[in-house]
Amino acid sequence: MNALVVVPTTTWYLLLSAVLFTIGTVGVLVRRNPLVMFMCIELMLNAVNLTFVTLGRRLNDIDGQAIVFFVLVVAAAEVVVGLGIIVAIMRRRSGITVDDLAELKG
Amino acid sequence: MELFVFVCATVMIIVGALGVVLRKHPVHAALSLVLTLFGIAVLFVAQHAEFLAAVQVIVYAGAIVVLFLFVIMLLGVDQVENLKTEPLAGQRWVAGVVGVCLLGLLGAAIYTGADSVISRGEGIASNVAGDNPDANIQQLATSIFSDYVVAFEVTSILLVVAVVGTVLLSRRRTAGKP
Amino acid sequence: MTGFFIDHLWLVPVLPLFGALAIMVLGRRLGEPKAGWLASLMTIGSFLITVAVFFNLLSRPAEDRHQVVTMFKWLPVGSLQVDMALLADPLSITMALFITGIGSLIHLYAIGYMHGDPKFPKFFLYLNLFVFSMLMLVLGENLLVTFLGWEGVGACSYFLISFWHTRDSAAVAGKKAFVTNRIGDFGVMTAMFLAFSAAGTLSYDGINEAAHSGSLAQVTATAIAMLLFVGACGKSAQLPLYLWLPDAMEGPTPVSALIHAATMVTSGVFLMTRMSPVLHISYTWAPMVIACIGAATALYAATVAVAQNDIKKVLAYSTVSQLGFMFLAIGSGAYVAAIFHMITHAFFKALLFLGSGSVIHGMHHEQDMRRMGALRKVMPVTAITFIVGWLAIAGVPPFAGFWSKDEILLYVYANNRGLYVVGVITALLTAYYMTRQVIMVFYGEAKWNDHAAENGAHGDFTPHESPRIMLMPLVVLAGLAMVGGALQLPFSKKTAFLEHWLAPVVEESEAHIKETWAYQNKYLLLGVAVVVAVLGIVAAFAVYAKHKVKAIEPKILEQAWNYDATAARLVSGPGNALFNGVAWVDAHVVDGAVNGTATIVRAVAGQVRKSQNGFVRAYAAIIAVGVVVLLAWFVLRGLI
Repeated sequence: MNALVVVPTTTWYLLLSAVLFTIGTVGVLVRRNPLVMFMCIELMLNAVNLTFVTLGRRLNDIDGQAIVFFVLVVAAAEVVVGLGIIVAIMRRRSGITVDDLAELKG
Repeated sequence: MELFVFVCATVMIIVGALGVVLRKHPVHAALSLVLTLFGIAVLFVAQHAEFLAAVQVIVYAGAIVVLFLFVIMLLGVDQVENLKTEPLAGQRWVAGVVGVCLLGLLGAAIYTGADSVISRGEGIASNVAGDNPDANIQQLATSIFSDYVVAFEVTSILLVVAVVGTVLLSRRRTAGKP
Repeated sequence: MTGFFIDHLWLVPVLPLFGALAIMVLGRRLGEPKAGWLASLMTIGSFLITVAVFFNLLSRPAEDRHQVVTMFKWLPVGSLQVDMALLADPLSITMALFITGIGSLIHLYAIGYMHGDPKFPKFFLYLNLFVFSMLMLVLGENLLVTFLGWEGVGACSYFLISFWHTRDSAAVAGKKAFVTNRIGDFGVMTAMFLAFSAAGTLSYDGINEAAHSGSLAQVTATAIAMLLFVGACGKSAQLPLYLWLPDAMEGPTPVSALIHAATMVTSGVFLMTRMSPVLHISYTWAPMVIACIGAATALYAATVAVAQNDIKKVLAYSTVSQLGFMFLAIGSGAYVAAIFHMITHAFFKALLFLGSGSVIHGMHHEQDMRRMGALRKVMPVTAITFIVGWLAIAGVPPFAGFWSKDEILLYVYANNRGLYVVGVITALLTAYYMTRQVIMVFYGEAKWNDHAAENGAHGDFTPHESPRIMLMPLVVLAGLAMVGGALQLPFSKKTAFLEHWLAPVVEESEAHIKETWAYQNKYLLLGVAVVVAVLGIVAAFAVYAKHKVKAIEPKILEQAWNYDATAARLVSGPGNALFNGVAWVDAHVVDGAVNGTATIVRAVAGQVRKSQNGFVRAYAAIIAVGVVVLLAWFVLRGLI
């Protein structure tokens, strides 16, 4: 293995999270299956987590990791509730996508 | 060494992300998500956030994705989305534009702000260096239970509320019972 | 003691107001004649208080005859501070005296004249309301209180002209009066706005002070004076806006006497005199315009009166003509003469109207003079008093009208000899048509029986003399018409009472003609006036009594030079087009703007509504776009 002198800098990590975040956003806009949309949201959350940890390391502050801890918990709670809702809706009608839930049309 | 880790993790993350977005079968998408999450965990370790890496694997990959798979099974595995069509006119164009702009702007922000990030804290204790193997956990715990204890308590309430709420939401309604 | 009354000057207008309100509440219960007595009592009370105030003012030195009585703050709005205040000074008290005096006489007369009318109490309600408004007009301390009275008398005039509103012609006449007055009111209002913006106040003292001290620009003063004159034309029936007055004869005769002879129509003259300092500092063409319009009106109306056959219409045109004389005086700077003529005119014109009312009453509401004749045998008192009035208006000395007319002609000669000639011709015509009227009504052969059957009279129809309550005011007014001239005799300074009395108000603006040829030769002009009056009388005698000369009564004069028809054509033709245009603008432009705004909002909202398509992903897309925009703003702000 070549011992490369280049060390990934903060900027690289941040760019990676930016890319991950973008992929997540595009996924939310493009996918119709509610579960897959949810997963794309999880991608975005993870990108943010990565950003926090990176900056925490750069700033030498443990607060970055503390925030990620809480984001994790909240994400878990959110998934629970979200999936509960999806189950409640989609149990009745099968094979529907997000586009079929257009009751708020005005 | 860190570069190698970074490159591997990046590959895992990107492949997983693209898999989530591009696979039409939801189970495949969930498994791609697991790949991404592992990649993130690896990067956490590389950034001296060992505890978080562990929690990520256990909670995210272990609980959340499993929950996703449960629901997918519950609602029928053969629900495959047709990715070729797009019922909303112009949605993909908007998504494309948004994606490009977002990436560009974030990149610009990162590049221009790169030098303005100044160190301010006392430093992150890492398990790797030094003789205390629990240094990271200890520092994190001290922070959570002293500076952020209110947030901690509120989060625990949040969890209880979420559980109760979801149970209520997804009950099967039988005749006569509210 | 009199000090009490002047301090409570508000009693003067409030008494008739109280009378009006009392009749409004209790009128039907009081009925005839108590309602009439109540109203008369209130007016008489007002008169007595005014007399007390007059004596109070007399007891003061000349410069001190000026008291403001404030009742309450009316409009404290920023820089516009208007009080409900009354002003007691020679001019206002003079007006108030003859308004309440003649008003009381007419109230008493009306008790007899309106006997048997089902709306008897209402008549007196309106009469009292009118007296109240007129008193507010003349006693007002500022333009706004005067305007309150101005509008009030216009409204009461409308009520009273169309009192017998079941008659189509009466209703139309009332409407015509009101609308024509309104046009004049526009002038007064604009003048008020101008005065306020130029002088910062609406009170007479303030405005006249500004005029004196020169802080009022000449242009502004001219504009104010001309606009007020427009209002005066409307109210005092001068040439462009006079056409409501002859039609106003549809109202009961006491109304014609009070409103359209003695009081309301003089309010224009009063206003111009009140604002004489402003007129004084205007451009010199402004008073000349007033004088010319006055002269033209006087001549025009006199020519028309020559050919009228309705007893009241003759007097109506005569009023217009005499008002023209008053404005001619004002235009020539003779304010004292104008007020003098106003007073004497009030006496003899009210007398003539009440006399004609007595005739109409006695002839069972016949008004055409061609069906009268030889009435002096049957109605002696009426005849004698009417003759006194005739002599007064014709300008025969020593009756009142002669002195006032002569005074005016003196000043007019000093101003412009052309106008003097017009004035003299008008005086000639006045003597002529009034003599004609007297002859047709009281002398000659009795023609009333020829048409008695047509009027549905049964048996022999004999006109009768009126009851005493109607005759008493006639006698009083006749007396005043005889001696009224004593107010201002031109013989020496000592006999010029009115001039001295009114000096504090009009001294500065009065034309000073002591040095002119006219003044030096005033006795010559006096003689000319006498000759002219006698000539007119003789001519009328020759035509109507002796039938030596054929009567010249061309149709065009009877139709008042077709003025009415022309005015109607003007209004219905171009006027209509203008009104329709304005209405179109209002409906399309103004309403269009408002409705258009609403339509635009709706259209935009309709378009925006399409974005609410119910699709979560569309909303997510919009959110994402919003985030990108925000981010772009922040990032680019940092970059640039």
